[in-house]
Amino acid sequence: MSERKIRVLIAKPGLDGHDRGAKVVARALRDAGMEVIYTGLRQTPEMIAEAALQEDVDAVGLSILSGAHMALVPRVLELLKANGQEHVKVFLGGIVPDEDVPLLLKMGVIGIYGPGTLSDNYVNDIRKAVVGSHA
Amino acid sequence: MSEMDLASLVLAGDRLALARTLSQVENGTADGMSALNALFAHTGKAHLVGITGASGTGKSSLVNQLAQHYRQPAKQSGPAKRSGTAQAEPERRVAIVAVDPTSPFTGGAILGDRIRMRDLAGDPGVFIRSMATRGSLGGIAAATGAVVQVLDAAGFELILIETVGAGQAEVDIARLAHTTIVVEAPGLGDDIQAIKAGILEIADILVVNKADLPGVENTERALRGSLGLAQPPRPASQSIRRVVHHGQLVASIEPKRASAPPDQAWSPPILRTIALDGTGVAKLAEAIAAHRAYLESTGGWGQRERGRLQTELDLLLQNRLLKDFHSHLEQGEYARALQGVLERRISPFQAVEELVDKHGIGS
Repeated sequence: MSERKIRVLIAKPGLDGHDRGAKVVARALRDAGMEVIYTGLRQTPEMIAEAALQEDVDAVGLSILSGAHMALVPRVLELLKANGQEHVKVFLGGIVPDEDVPLLLKMGVIGIYGPGTLSDNYVNDIRKAVVGSHA
Repeated sequence: MSEMDLASLVLAGDRLALARTLSQVENGTADGMSALNALFAHTGKAHLVGITGASGTGKSSLVNQLAQHYRQPAKQSGPAKRSGTAQAEPERRVAIVAVDPTSPFTGGAILGDRIRMRDLAGDPGVFIRSMATRGSLGGIAAATGAVVQVLDAAGFELILIETVGAGQAEVDIARLAHTTIVVEAPGLGDDIQAIKAGILEIADILVVNKADLPGVENTERALRGSLGLAQPPRPASQSIRRVVHHGQLVASIEPKRASAPPDQAWSPPILRTIALDGTGVAKLAEAIAAHRAYLESTGGWGQRERGRLQTELDLLLQNRLLKDFHSHLEQGEYARALQGVLERRISPFQAVEELVDKHGIGS
């Protein structure tokens, strides 16, 4: 009962046509014992930040295939912060060119997981980041 | 944030504090319990509406439409329809608690009800919270009642509680909600399903959603038949009065029903909706209002409150007594009793008798 579950919001900002990857990640996090809130396709950064607030999540995973990550990710980070949720860990999946990776990490993204990533990688990273910040 | 801060921030309308309080309460932490203690005096105002039914009948979509309706009553139902009810109905703040199942194997969960509720995004008068069952089997989580209390204290006038996809036995929602809506859809089983005990019995309002699909008449007929079997025929005077006042079944949910004599039983209306485009949602909202008026005029509201709080007290008392009892036992005593039962030396009843005789309450 009093066990603390890790809560993760998986969201797809922008106009991507499918959410296969997001569902794979959601499923893997579920199997790792986390509570995953999935909100479906075509979310705005505002919708994502609002859901993250209402659900009091520990982490937000953004799946972006469209190439708009350099616009969408900073906006989500900014809104989380504006809502008082700077403690929320943000990670990224989808298609991100190598040269953008250091920039995104610098903004505060905890990890970027492209196609082919083993689920253990992000599961462990999220757990470490979330548990670390609560210790 | 200290717990006193949390409670007063919740009362002041701080959404982040509300979200965090809900987590604390859900996790059963000491902070959560103190916040609940401070908030409890502010509860008891909200109308708690449960929405249950099998997976895929459209509960989340219906909740989405209902919440939208409550946010913009005038726009959704048109001025003509509202003339009979309280005029200039104010917008109401709506909270939604959406429950999805926890995996029994990993303890994880996918909470996907928000997918159908995207129309509500950006409305500060709506607050949606997803919950996992965390092992409870009754269709809602053990902490759902406490979460609802926090939302009630936070000033949400209407709280929609969506259960997990529920089939026959997940009836806890009826103990929590004032008004329980059971959602069905065409093509989900024959009329024997409709007369089995359980979920249909708890319905205050029955909804046949996806009413644009073929088979809607059959579903409706099966439900009506089942309700007809369930409810003994009323005295003639009453049934005549019903016909005169209300005519057909759908009409029997008109708000004037509220002025019905207190001895008249509520008969659950059967309504058709199409949650995708909102057809029938205004009628459903009227039925919900009528049920509330009925409960208030017959004293049923107070009865349900009493029943609900009594269930909660009993549960807390059980947990507390069990915990205290365990703390009285000597090291290994419980394990020895269990071993005795395992080896069939004593029955479970004997084991309990022996333990309680030795350490009974007050001894």
